[in-house]
Amino acid sequence: MTRPAHALRIAIADDEAPARSRIRDLLEDCAASMALDVAGEASNGRELIDLLQRTPADVALLDIRMPEMDGIEAAQHLRKLPDAPAVIFTTAYDSYALKAFELHAVDYLVKPIRLRRLYDALARVRSITPLPLDVLRDLAPEPRKHLSVQERGRIALVPVDRILFMRAELKYVTIRTLEGEHLLEESLTRLEQEFRDRFVRIHRSCLVARDYIDRFERGADETGEAGWVVVLRGIEERLPVSRRQQHVMKEFGRL
Amino acid sequence: MASINQNMHRDALPDFRNFGVMVRIVLIVLGLSSLAALAQAQAWGGMLDRLVRVSAAVQPALMLSLLALWAASGWLRRLPYVEGIVAIVLTELLVAAAVYQAAQALAAGNPYTGLESYWLFSLVATGTVLYYFHLRSRALSPALTEARLQALQARIRPHFLFNSINAVLSLIRQDPKRAEGALEDMADLFRVLMADNRDLCSLEREVELTRQYLSLEQLRLGERLRVEWHTEKMPVDALIPPLVLQPLVENAVYHGVEPCSEPGLVSINAYKVREEVHLVLRNSYRKQGNHHSGNKMALANIRERLVLHFDAEASLRTTVTDDAYQVHIVIPYRTQPR
Repeated sequence: MTRPAHALRIAIADDEAPARSRIRDLLEDCAASMALDVAGEASNGRELIDLLQRTPADVALLDIRMPEMDGIEAAQHLRKLPDAPAVIFTTAYDSYALKAFELHAVDYLVKPIRLRRLYDALARVRSITPLPLDVLRDLAPEPRKHLSVQERGRIALVPVDRILFMRAELKYVTIRTLEGEHLLEESLTRLEQEFRDRFVRIHRSCLVARDYIDRFERGADETGEAGWVVVLRGIEERLPVSRRQQHVMKEFGRL
Repeated sequence: MASINQNMHRDALPDFRNFGVMVRIVLIVLGLSSLAALAQAQAWGGMLDRLVRVSAAVQPALMLSLLALWAASGWLRRLPYVEGIVAIVLTELLVAAAVYQAAQALAAGNPYTGLESYWLFSLVATGTVLYYFHLRSRALSPALTEARLQALQARIRPHFLFNSINAVLSLIRQDPKRAEGALEDMADLFRVLMADNRDLCSLEREVELTRQYLSLEQLRLGERLRVEWHTEKMPVDALIPPLVLQPLVENAVYHGVEPCSEPGLVSINAYKVREEVHLVLRNSYRKQGNHHSGNKMALANIRERLVLHFDAEASLRTTVTDDAYQVHIVIPYRTQPR
């Protein structure tokens, strides 16, 4: 890793204004003996990702419990940025996360943060190796609220509750919302596991959002054979239900 | 350990105006009447007939006793335990004699030979009831001691403690005056949390404590936390178990306000209807897949303490709608500690 010549750029994400201002104060204190710049502040994970796309940073000080998108989910999406910042988690009290952090030697600071600990963490930040994605996923107690896709060099966040269906196609998964389609580089099996409560598998290669299922109809599958298709609210496209997955229709009152 | 509990335990007469106590008395006496009927009948067949005859004498006595004890409840409570027992036994003998006289006057089939049987049954029934309540208060007394510990368990979340300290730290440089106020609020809050919380406290104090707690949360959450108080009709002198309202409001903030970016509302309504104190807490709430078990723990804890203090006369109901969560507590209106 090449050592950047510029001052350390730091982004702060915390939903509580006093907590952000406290970190700013401490960073000012650090600035006395370390070259650093505050790249900006965000009050949740989504804002942080927007911020970083405009103003890149070397380090993100990331609170864990935030509305809309928590710190651990944000850390997963951040990985897709071209110049992803190193992440240092901050938390006041979160026994679940702290246990996991210890287990995986993740960098974190407990609030109230001590100047000394912040300084040390920043001093070694350039040597931090990013956490493996699966470790980050293990840290998250619940499914992500967004999926992130790379489009034209940017990260687009797609809220999971806007997704109608996900379909595996060659090496990608296509996710379909009312507005359009996105390509995602993840495995359908993993997605099925993570979003078990929201999506149901109707075909070897297709997961459908339960909330958007309108009805099941008799129709033709891709080979032209007669079978069942699912009709989703808001789109014309019919999706075939494979013979093996027909049992899911029971759940919706058909068969 | 046991000896400590016994030393701390003071024998006390049951509260004869408590609905739960009355129900228990009725059940015990009915049970005894059935036994008496069974003993007299000496066979299952004649039991029903006997029971009717026994009941004809016992029911009026029972109703009369409940009425007398209800009326004398305040006076009995001020007597020392043993004198109270003597007073109750004398009352019961009097009641039995009165019912006997009435039965004689009406000449409606007298099931027993004389006043002695009336008195005997009356003594046995009174003794059984009093012994039952004595054992019950023994059994519950460690539980009352425990109530203090439980109140501590319903304590402020560490999450709140550390975030608040963090918020106060941030104020010290920019707004030292506000930092001072916040630390004073925290001191008051923890003074209550660490106090002996076995005894009832005034509703006014609990409301004040909750206000201090909310002003600390306001510090962290700013615009995101909106609070509405409706305390115009609050009976300030009503006694409630301490730390009933504050933990519920803390739940409301943790589950209802903090997970949202948009402002969330917490409204607290305290009022009195007839002889009942109502506390209604509502908060905006966005239903999500994740349910925190912490919420249920706090509720179970408060419910348990309400039962310990008021038996069947207090209630706690929760209602969840699509966008709101409501807890409604009803407590009998009391201004004197028992």
